[in-house]
Amino acid sequence: MTCLPAHTDKKLGLAIDLDTCVGCQACVSACKGWNDQGYGASLSDQNPYGANPSGTFLNRVHSYQVAPDEGAVQTIAFPRSCLHCDDAPCVTVCPTGASYKRAEDGIVLVNEDACIGCGLCAWACPYGARELDAAAGVMKKCTLCVDRIYNENLPEVDRVPACVRSCPTGARHFGDFADPESNVSRLSRERGGVALMPEMGTAPTNRYLPPRRKDTLAAPALAPLGDFMATGLAGWLDRILGGR
Amino acid sequence: MNPAPSVILFTVFSGAGFGFLAFLGAGLVDASGWAAFGLWFLGYALAVGGLLASVFHLGNPRRSMRAFSQWRTSWLSREAWAAVATLTLLAPVALSDWMGFNWPRSWGLLAAALCLATVGTTSMIYTQLKTVPRWHHWITPVSFAVFALAGGAVLSGDGRWTAAMLVVLGIVLPALWQIGDGRFAAVGVGIGSATGLGAIGKVTVFEQPHTSPNYLMREMIYVVGRKHAARLRVLAYGLAVVAPLAVVLVLPGGPARVALAALLHLTGVLAARWLFFAQAEHVVGLYYGQR
Repeated sequence: MTCLPAHTDKKLGLAIDLDTCVGCQACVSACKGWNDQGYGASLSDQNPYGANPSGTFLNRVHSYQVAPDEGAVQTIAFPRSCLHCDDAPCVTVCPTGASYKRAEDGIVLVNEDACIGCGLCAWACPYGARELDAAAGVMKKCTLCVDRIYNENLPEVDRVPACVRSCPTGARHFGDFADPESNVSRLSRERGGVALMPEMGTAPTNRYLPPRRKDTLAAPALAPLGDFMATGLAGWLDRILGGR
Repeated sequence: MNPAPSVILFTVFSGAGFGFLAFLGAGLVDASGWAAFGLWFLGYALAVGGLLASVFHLGNPRRSMRAFSQWRTSWLSREAWAAVATLTLLAPVALSDWMGFNWPRSWGLLAAALCLATVGTTSMIYTQLKTVPRWHHWITPVSFAVFALAGGAVLSGDGRWTAAMLVVLGIVLPALWQIGDGRFAAVGVGIGSATGLGAIGKVTVFEQPHTSPNYLMREMIYVVGRKHAARLRVLAYGLAVVAPLAVVLVLPGGPARVALAALLHLTGVLAARWLFFAQAEHVVGLYYGQR
């Protein structure tokens, strides 16, 4: 049944540090690489080497610029994937029961064998976390690498989602938000973790750690260069040409 | 939202079909024998044809029977049940009209109410989506019900019912557009809350995450064609409301009048339903700086 569990023992999810993320797209590649070969239908590409390549990805990295009222504009890389919401609208709209949220750890998954590809769950998601695979005709979404995190065949260090494991700057943190002392809970508390689009009432699990305030320089960085006095031939030319 | 032909045909024809079946079930169409059979056949054909069109919207239509399983939470599942229950309950009424059994009409009235309930479940598939503010409003189910009843009235050939329902549609349709246009702003979402960066300053897209459109953009960010929206609204209003109303008021009653009015009306409803999808903005567009 696509009823949401009243309570989940764990709330596994990600804390994504927008201060550290450099937008290198390593998580995008790692996600596609891992999820292309294990859990469910592969993530197909259409016309991958043609003029209009298109394909299924479970993780996309946007970039935004933010202009504060005062100070320099910031450029912010912004990874976007499933937030494994507590009140996941994608689950309840599903007519077949393919979409479900696990009571044990809160991960939102799709049983692809039951998916009719109606697309309603993708319509219900505010975050664009679900993409219908054009080749398989079933809905694909982030599994939080459910086939890695409990996988005892992998070394312990690898038992985290592929995006977390691959991040070269350590901007992605995986943990249990139900435990107030977990790494992600503490990070979120200390850094003022943000839930995306709270207006939608989805109660997302994942948190985004906002970028820290940038330092402000005491003097404009290029100002000293303006005081440069040319000497020798350059100084003579400067005087002749009326520079001074 | 992408105005896919399958969902437009599904909502328009199953809506008109169930509206017409409601008129037939309630006994508001005076026909017997083979004439009754023909009318009931038309009603069933529209309703079932519309439902079949919706199957073409699926990525895996072979598994569509599974859609009956989640009636406890899913409006799409409830719609499947409502449609099957209604079409089943209407069958004895149709048989009675065709064969002249004169079975009690109360059964037909019940089935007529179920026709409207089915249209209601269809509308709730869209109304339930908070992510599409234009649809997430009570005017959506009201408009679906009025569209269905107007279609049913036009097909019934009853001049007074047709005129009355077209006048109601003439009020509801502009209300649907007027309310819908203000919905996105009313919900108060923006790129600032979508990214959580709004607290820092004004957020704009610096660079897109991919170089050509993906499923999300094709399905939910339908910007193309909206520029003709104003003219299409005039066209939809003229064809769905004004033209069939004029036909019914001017021409003498008969099958030709019904056919002409229905053709004009349903063409207008198709245009209005195209706009219902094409003008609906999904909040995911905020991430792409597009709506």
